[in-house]
Amino acid sequence: MPNLSAYIPEADALSSFAGRLQILLNGNDCELVNERHELVIRVPLDNLRDVLTKFRDDSTVALNQLTDVTAVDYPERPKRYDVVYQMLSVNFNQRVRVITSVNESDLIPSVVDLFASANWAEREVWDMFGLFFAGHPDLRRLLTDYGFEGHPLRKDFPLTGYVEVRYDDTERRVLYEPVQLTQEFRDFDFLSPWEGVQASMPDLTDEDSSDQAEAN
Amino acid sequence: MSDMQIRPLTLNFGPQHPAAHGVLRLVLEMDGEVIERADPHVGLLHRGTEKLIEHKTYLQALPYFDRLDYVSPMNQEHAWALAIEKALHIDVPERAKYIRVLYCEIGRILNHLLNLTTFAIDVGAMTPLLWGFEEREHLMEFYERASGARLHAAYFRPGGVHQDLPDGLTDDILSWTETFPSFIDDLETLLTNNRIFKQRTVDIGVLTTEEALNLGMSGPVLRSTGMAWDLRKSQPYDVYDKMDFDIPIGKTGDCYARYLVRVEEMRQSLKIIRQAITDMPEGPVLAENNKVTPPRRGDMKQSMEALIHHFKLYTEGFHVPAGDSYTAVEAPKGEFGVYLVADGTNKPYRARLRGPGYYFMAAVDYMSRGHMLADSVAIIGSLDIVFGEIDR
Repeated sequence: MPNLSAYIPEADALSSFAGRLQILLNGNDCELVNERHELVIRVPLDNLRDVLTKFRDDSTVALNQLTDVTAVDYPERPKRYDVVYQMLSVNFNQRVRVITSVNESDLIPSVVDLFASANWAEREVWDMFGLFFAGHPDLRRLLTDYGFEGHPLRKDFPLTGYVEVRYDDTERRVLYEPVQLTQEFRDFDFLSPWEGVQASMPDLTDEDSSDQAEAN
Repeated sequence: MSDMQIRPLTLNFGPQHPAAHGVLRLVLEMDGEVIERADPHVGLLHRGTEKLIEHKTYLQALPYFDRLDYVSPMNQEHAWALAIEKALHIDVPERAKYIRVLYCEIGRILNHLLNLTTFAIDVGAMTPLLWGFEEREHLMEFYERASGARLHAAYFRPGGVHQDLPDGLTDDILSWTETFPSFIDDLETLLTNNRIFKQRTVDIGVLTTEEALNLGMSGPVLRSTGMAWDLRKSQPYDVYDKMDFDIPIGKTGDCYARYLVRVEEMRQSLKIIRQAITDMPEGPVLAENNKVTPPRRGDMKQSMEALIHHFKLYTEGFHVPAGDSYTAVEAPKGEFGVYLVADGTNKPYRARLRGPGYYFMAAVDYMSRGHMLADSVAIIGSLDIVFGEIDR
């Protein structure tokens, strides 16, 4: 592999850390993979709190900081959202990513009592994705406007949003109106049409098919 | 006599308050002049950066990073560039790594100058701001000479930096590093032993290391509690592993310790700047990989292939193989992380930007409980809050 300028943890330390995590994870129905030198653990929702508690309290891994909580929306999956917990052990200088898949109707156990940093992170996930955290002390919207409707980071939420605001001089207040675009919204996907066509057509570069073409 | 229900006084602080560092609306529940609960209402600067990035190519997304923490723009571009390089598995020329480190440290001093001086003005000292902004002007001039922009540089690119440094710039930066230490000394004569400054900051907003880790703190705030944790040392990227510098730590974890840590960090940054300039090798500054980095302007006049590469890169951009990664850099405020989920197309599927200030702001409630109203101003000032990265 090339010499990367980003930080890559030492392979030995990483694998021995992964081994210690694996011991803790036994019986929790979890899957631990080393993906591009990063440890990723997929956890079923029911075991999430257990696993995070163990990771925090066990001195052999000591993942004492929850760096971030976020979510990713995959509309085509049966369990549509991945909730992603980034953890850091300052003692061992290792990072772990814990991922659990949920539906929007699932109650995700809040980890605010384990990690205070989860407070705003979970609020933001609720705000942006509409995923509900059970047991969160103060689950209000955080970044969006007062009275905002919808969850902006879901893939089915349009980039332009639904309402636009302006200050109206005659009414002396801020008005909310449906978005009106002065030109059509342009979104280029740049997926090559040639590659797409190739998949649905017989592959002519293949030796057999070119033989057939000659025979015909 | 019937029981009396005493309702705490609710005080609105900001969003137009100068000590609110931009657009913070802080709703304080007060018992007399003592804060019982602080409820920051953030999001007044929310621009939907994460959503916008999903609709832009990787290169088009880069300038958004300047606009997060607009006090140290290049440090955040760095995280994005590193994340893409990691996903694409491309290396960066040695000279580009040194230039990046050089500009990251300039960004760190830019940031600390702004923070320390506005912190001082929050607690009543006006002169540091006037002095400090003069020095910031020099630094922004260095930004401008390298990138063409004083603030929104868009200078670090996946694969290196956009252009090589112009002639004479490194000499000017070196001569500036000779004069700057005396400025730091002057700044310290105004603040470090200043009785009023100390009365406003010592033993205010104290955090222990455990609390700081639990609250998600990083950077100078975590170091001020006595924890020597710096991603430049512990998880070095680019050429930080070749640099000789110390990590200053505080002992008390209060506002004053955070101030002292930042002052010393400026001195260490100067040390890194000098090393980066003297050790900087000659050579290219952008990876020679025209599927990711644009061809040089001169080549495009001669080579059809270069012209095609240029056109493809600036319309379609490059495709990043599917997979996710978390990349973090030590931004001046703390750990700035990018969680990048790529799906194999030319646009990020999801980019989560983890700003350090977000967690600082979340901790304001915890830190200011039981303090006086005026202390909350000192706490916010010492945490180094910039709303660009909190609201995103």
